[in-house]
Amino acid sequence: MPGDAKALPQAVEVAVVGGGPAGLAAATRLKEHGVASVAVLDREPRAGGIPRHCGHYPFGLREFHRLLRGPDYARRLVARAEDAGVEIYPQTTVTGITPGPRLSLSTPGGAADMTAKKVLLATGVRETSRAARFIGGQRPLGVVSTGALQSLVYLAHKRPFARPVILGSELVSFSAIFTCRHAGIRPVAMVEPGERVTARSFTRALPRLFGVPLHLGTELVTIHGKERVEGVTLRGPGGAEQVLDCDGVIVTGAFTPEATLCRLGHLELDPGSGGPVIDQFGRCSDPDFFAAGNLLRPVETAGWSWHEGVAAGDVLTECLAGRLPAAERHLEIVVDHPAIKLALPQRIALPFSDGALTHLQLRVTRAAGGKLEARDGDTVVWSKTLSVLPERRLLLPLHDVVGKVRGATLSLRFSEVA
Amino acid sequence: MPDAPAETFDVTVIGAGVVGCAVARRLTLEGARVQVVEKAVDILDGASKGNSGILHTGFDAPPGSLEQACIAAGYREYLEIRERLNLPLLTCGALVLAWNEEEEARLPALMEQARANGVDDVAALSRAEILALEPNLSPRVRAGFNVPREYVIDPWSAPSVYLQQALDNGAACRRGSEVLGGAFDGETWELETSGGPLRSRAVVNCAGLYGDIVDQRLLGESGFTIRPRKGQFVVFDKAAARLAQSIILPVPTAKTKGVVICRTSFGNLLVGPTAEDQDSRDDASTDGATLQMLRAKGIEMLPALAALPVTATYAGLRPASEHKDYQVKARAEQRYVTVGGIRSTGLSSALGLAREVHRLLVSFGDSYRPPQQVAWPRAGVLTDYAERAWARPDNGGIVCHCELVTRREIEAALDGPLAAQSLSGLKRRTRVTMGRCQGFYCLGALSQITEGRFDSPLAEDDRDAG
Ligand SMILES: Cc1cc2nc3c(=O)[nH]c(=O)nc-3n(C[C@H](O)[C@H](O)[C@H](O)COP(=O)(O)OP(=O)(O)OC[C@H]3O[C@@H](n4cnc5c(N)ncnc54)[C@H](O)[C@@H]3O)c2cc1C
Ligand SMILES: Cc1cc2nc3c(=O)[nH]c(=O)nc-3n(C[C@H](O)[C@H](O)[C@H](O)COP(=O)(O)OP(=O)(O)OC[C@H]3O[C@@H](n4cnc5c(N)ncnc54)[C@H](O)[C@@H]3O)c2cc1C
Repeated sequence: MPGDAKALPQAVEVAVVGGGPAGLAAATRLKEHGVASVAVLDREPRAGGIPRHCGHYPFGLREFHRLLRGPDYARRLVARAEDAGVEIYPQTTVTGITPGPRLSLSTPGGAADMTAKKVLLATGVRETSRAARFIGGQRPLGVVSTGALQSLVYLAHKRPFARPVILGSELVSFSAIFTCRHAGIRPVAMVEPGERVTARSFTRALPRLFGVPLHLGTELVTIHGKERVEGVTLRGPGGAEQVLDCDGVIVTGAFTPEATLCRLGHLELDPGSGGPVIDQFGRCSDPDFFAAGNLLRPVETAGWSWHEGVAAGDVLTECLAGRLPAAERHLEIVVDHPAIKLALPQRIALPFSDGALTHLQLRVTRAAGGKLEARDGDTVVWSKTLSVLPERRLLLPLHDVVGKVRGATLSLRFSEVA
Repeated sequence: MPDAPAETFDVTVIGAGVVGCAVARRLTLEGARVQVVEKAVDILDGASKGNSGILHTGFDAPPGSLEQACIAAGYREYLEIRERLNLPLLTCGALVLAWNEEEEARLPALMEQARANGVDDVAALSRAEILALEPNLSPRVRAGFNVPREYVIDPWSAPSVYLQQALDNGAACRRGSEVLGGAFDGETWELETSGGPLRSRAVVNCAGLYGDIVDQRLLGESGFTIRPRKGQFVVFDKAAARLAQSIILPVPTAKTKGVVICRTSFGNLLVGPTAEDQDSRDDASTDGATLQMLRAKGIEMLPALAALPVTATYAGLRPASEHKDYQVKARAEQRYVTVGGIRSTGLSSALGLAREVHRLLVSFGDSYRPPQQVAWPRAGVLTDYAERAWARPDNGGIVCHCELVTRREIEAALDGPLAAQSLSGLKRRTRVTMGRCQGFYCLGALSQITEGRFDSPLAEDDRDAG
């Protein structure tokens, strides 16, 4: 447990919600720019975010120019922020946001309120639960996400099962293998509904390397067992079902922004990204609120999120100094193809100037190849032939595009080649 | 556990579902020495584990049935006692809606039935009136009527605090003890349980999904056969609760009340249940195709649900029987009462059923003297519609972030005579892991807080890891 809780201030210049890489980077930057009071509010007993329980490498290359494990990386981020004069309040949950900007809080001492000149939301992402994926069966113990597995293994030093099945093949699914190995857990299979492994190619050999059989084109349909997991039913590519003996299920990936505050509050959400609608400054639909890090989209690395935090710190400093232009109007970014899952920022504040986000970030829903086009009505203002896979970064430089648009929308399309 | 029963109780109540809990409370308050025996490690582990949480008026119950009478009495008593027991009430009312011509044609008869059941404040609504009340409903709705006094309650806090009140006033409860058999010697029942013998002067069988089996074990016969009927649910994110103020009921059929859209006491919105007959009395499995169907059905009625995430899914099993009405039967010569086949309204009727059971025991010639002083325990606040522990000082900090459950609440639930002994028991008492992330954020911390408390721990120690 952390030491004595510091008294919460009632008003600060910038309140940062979430002390992961993005929030800590922004807060540190704000202090470096001389902003008087910057508070980071984090609901966990310690700040640091997701890396606190990623017991593996590689973290910290961008930030500290060295290879670190997640927990060491998180500690360094916290130390750097504190050295810069950031006030960090752990065990402080933001329960609601309202215009003002005003935050409702809960601490071990009860409810509190805080006002700020500006608020930065940096609440990160989590994995989609078994329930939200409609995986059938009973509800035994031993069905966990990678995040929960990591906190069980690395933070609580516990082992929830011995022979789990891993659902998913994203990068995080491979960290699940690492986490298992660390705790002496032996996964019996990795199951991926898609035709290929979602993570980058170098990881493809890993399951075999670790002796974990890989089932592609396979769905996990049912979880068996009443008290504890006793097996799972898999449906293979031909539709044939088989029951696999196991004592746990790790439901990995399918990240979703932890956008609860926006959803329950007054900020506009983008159904595509699952995060708040922002402009190139990371400014939300209520311009007193900004957002950065993986709250913006599923999913980027810690380094990327940290970098977004730094940029948000710069923008917020400008904003406090009254140098951030208000939007006279917006250029709306419209996703106009089913293969495109999300694009952000969702709108560009005009007249255009460079912000925290220098590129449009895109993700696809499935493997796709062809020509990606950005159009202003019927005019193609940007295009590129490419082939992409889900969960891969796809960037489109804002600077090259925005100046060429006359209309009020920029639509993104994909002409696929079969 | 002792091998010889220490005491001969007045009454043994078999089963700590909502019915058993309410019966134990009523009989204790009437002055009987009551023991409850429950086979599961925790209470509320059978049919009462998963329902819709609606406090029914009984407007659509068969007029003149025992079910209708018990719902009416149970409803009345819940409203009388709920403030003293600190139980929540969402006074949201219900709309019974017709979505096609055939359903619309049945509305007048249903309203007649409601009035016959004493629910005389129902009023017909046109489509325009419905949409004015519930603007998020699909304009495909045709007509309906409102039932202003259909309410939402907490399906777990209520029965838990009924039993707690029984215990606080002298009752005993044994969990993890299954009644296997027994004999009546003309005066006393000697029950054989997996936890040792028990003795009492009367037995009330409230074994829910096993009601017929318990009858057979103790009497050698049963007047009914349980035919489990499963109901699956999809629970939407709390943001969805803004979309519907009222309970949205369909026009019921002979078999089921149909798929409902309803807020929960905890601030979510649920869509369900289905009605699926099955043989298993234990297997409350969900299946992906049915959950998809429910989600689609929800979206059909409330289109904005399409944009909202699903928080949880679950299923409950109704203890239905071949009979439509409740199977409440007293056997005076054996000083035995069966309360069986309480299929789909037991949460609402339990307090009424409990009065009926008391009446039957009195008809055996029993008389008890009510206690002079009655203790009134207060349920913890789990509803999102009242101030929760996280807003109060010295809460120990939030552990479950999605449901805002504090360390103190968890500690309290792990303590006392009805302490949670399983994760599902802890969930029902505190709501931990029942929110959007389903344990992503808090499972690690929970495994530490609950260490050594559960028969089936969340995880084993891994001292080598670090
Ligand atoms: C299971 C998992 C494994 C991952 N593994 C890797 C990996 O190996 N390498 C990698 O580069 N990336 C990984 N990621 C991606 C990860 O999101 C980023 O590394 C990084 O943590 C993003 O930083 P962030 O600051 O945006 O969010 P986070 O690190 O998620 O930080 C968000 C913070 O906000 C706090 N918070 C949330 N809501 C509230 C609230 N209402 N009130 C107060 N505080 C709140 C949380 O407690 C948390 O500390 C992983 C993600 C997950 C979910
Ligand atoms: C999908 C669904 C939705 C519903 N919605 C509503 C609603 O909105 N409103 C409403 O009022 N009602 C509703 N109900 C109905 C309500 O849930 C049931 O009527 C009620 O739970 C029945 O309770 P019970 O106590 O009879 O049975 P149970 O809850 O099954 O209790 C019986 C107990 O006896 C124990 N037991 C069994 N055998 C033995 C033995 N041999 N020895 C010891 N113990 C034993 C069991 O473990 C169990 O705990 C719904 C039900 C379902 C399934």
